[in-house]
Amino acid sequence: MRIQLQVALTHLTGRRRQTLVSLTGVVLGVAFFLAVSSLMRGSEQDFIKRLVDNSPHITVSDEVRRPRTQPAERRWADGAVKIRNLKPQTETRGIRGYREKLALIEAIPGLRVAPVLVGSAVLTFAGREEGVTLSGIVPETMKTVSTIQDKMIEGSLDALDVNPNGIVIGTGLAEKFNLGLGRNLTVVAASGASRAMKVVGLFRTGNAAVDETQTFTLLKRAQVLFERPNRVNRFLIQLDDAYAARTVAQRIEDAIGDKSVSWVEASEDILSVLVVRNIIMYSVVSAILLVASFGIYNTLSTIVLEKTRDIAILKSMGFHARDVRLIFLFEGVIIGIIGSLFGLAMGAGLMQALSQVQIKPPGVSEQVFLPIWWGAQQFALATAFAMTSCILAAWLPARRAGRVHPVEILRGAA
Amino acid sequence: MSAVLRAENLVRILPGEVPVTLVKDVSLAIERGEFICIMGPSGSGKSSLLYLLGLLDVPTSGQVWLDGEETSVYGEDDLANRRLEKLGFVFQFHFLLAEFSVIDNVTLPMRRLGRLDESAARARGLELLDRLGVVEQSAKHPHQLSGGQRQRVSIARALANDPLILLADEPTGNLDSVAGATVRQILKDLAHDMGKTVVAVTHDAAFAAAADRRIGIVDGKIDADWRAA
Ligand SMILES: Nc1ncnc2c1ncn2[C@@H]1O[C@H](COP(=O)(O)OP(=O)(O)OP(=O)(O)O)[C@@H](O)[C@H]1O
Ligand SMILES: [Mg+2]
Repeated sequence: MRIQLQVALTHLTGRRRQTLVSLTGVVLGVAFFLAVSSLMRGSEQDFIKRLVDNSPHITVSDEVRRPRTQPAERRWADGAVKIRNLKPQTETRGIRGYREKLALIEAIPGLRVAPVLVGSAVLTFAGREEGVTLSGIVPETMKTVSTIQDKMIEGSLDALDVNPNGIVIGTGLAEKFNLGLGRNLTVVAASGASRAMKVVGLFRTGNAAVDETQTFTLLKRAQVLFERPNRVNRFLIQLDDAYAARTVAQRIEDAIGDKSVSWVEASEDILSVLVVRNIIMYSVVSAILLVASFGIYNTLSTIVLEKTRDIAILKSMGFHARDVRLIFLFEGVIIGIIGSLFGLAMGAGLMQALSQVQIKPPGVSEQVFLPIWWGAQQFALATAFAMTSCILAAWLPARRAGRVHPVEILRGAA
Repeated sequence: MSAVLRAENLVRILPGEVPVTLVKDVSLAIERGEFICIMGPSGSGKSSLLYLLGLLDVPTSGQVWLDGEETSVYGEDDLANRRLEKLGFVFQFHFLLAEFSVIDNVTLPMRRLGRLDESAARARGLELLDRLGVVEQSAKHPHQLSGGQRQRVSIARALANDPLILLADEPTGNLDSVAGATVRQILKDLAHDMGKTVVAVTHDAAFAAAADRRIGIVDGKIDADWRAA
């Protein structure tokens, strides 16, 4: 064993009680750091998973971020071109040439895409009227990009294929109208066109706003109702790797020109709240380790004072200041390693206990277990934090010990 | 001119509001294998001179040559290396590490130097303890030994890296006359039989009588006429 390490060990075992107190601080610090950060990490991932699963990863809509360049601008690319009295073309709104663009997107590997025509409509039943969002879909593709099929409690999306006059609505809306599967209601589009439609499916997502205002019908039926034949105004895209959304969205927008928004962009404000939450959480759990490192500092400072004579002997013998510093840094590291090991074990125990706890979050109907993330990253992070604070805490006493001058001590002792 | 240890015009002044002169203009030369005694009244600067000769302290002016090397050019770590390889210290109080066993105390300098592996260091440590007559105590801890035994362990530790020079500050100052006589004989044998240079500060007249040469220090200066009263 290295001599510096052996001296370090005798110092720690010589002050067993104080060493144990320091150690306890590190153990608790690591355990709480691990348990709390794993819970936060778990809930964050749970949250993002919901966000990612329940919304398209990328939504392409019939908007452009920049107006189309006018021919005059193209002709005099370097000149200052002022365009006045530009008369907007009266055109059918929607994604132009959607079939070609759809084919372009489908060619990108690792994604599934569904064309949708979204518009607003008013449903009337038994004298009651409700404004809703009516999405014209192709059931076959819609099922690949949305979880709506899993949320069906009666009927199915496929029933739309069988009955072109079918409509799928949420349970919230069904309760408002007080109707059930198989009933007919009237759909009136903004253009004034109206049609009687039959409820062929009911879904419940748990999100009240969706359940009360979202409805689905066949794409063809919606095109007729909204008087926009051969048009869609959305592509909903689901990726194999949700985290690639930003780059894939950019790629699609570059390719087809229509605005493509990834879920990351759409939920930027929510994600920034998560960042703030993480900062708060890490400050709090680090504070425990900070307190623990004060304990270590205190213990090691006491040992330096107590062992000044030993340090003087070692230095008179030919030990360098560096060797002496190393002794005390080793002491910090030993406390750090043992504290981390026990802390990780205790933290894992805490995590196990927490993962048994059931809660009922608002807006969710069933009980769920606390989401704990068991990733190795949090274990590594807790250990790294603990080791860093232990070494920092040992640094000042180590430096003081390294500066002990043997002659001063010998003069005092003789 | 084969002096193993030479000092030229050594001066050591403690700086402060009232600077204190510990050593004044000391020059001396010590040959290999000599057994030298430094004597003088209490507070005259003997220990201070020994610290300078032992490279523990740095002179305010003047030079120390150790084994032919002028040492004022060395930094703190170089001086430590010279102490580790060429010098051994024995003090009035034994200065052993309390938590280490006797053998671990003796092997400490060897392990720091790192020339011997652990088992070889241990074997050498036991051999030294045996030569000093305390090998039976090797597994004990310092507090379980008598004063004389501790001082012999200290000498064994000072000899660990086979130094050129052994520096001792009142090595018998804390011992009764029998134990003191043993330690004195050991140091004398080290010089005369093993060719070690021994420089010892002492108040003990019998000790001084055993030495090859006596250097008197009064008021920080060499005083050739000084005789123990
Ligand atoms: N830190 C200090 N501040 C001021 N004076 C000091 C200090 N240390 C030592 N001295 C003085 O320096 C002088 C030399 O001390 P030193 O220990 O070398 O004497 P010594 O000959 O070894 O004495 P003794 O025989 O009692 O051991 C003494 O007069 C002492 O009072
Ligand atoms: Mg003295």
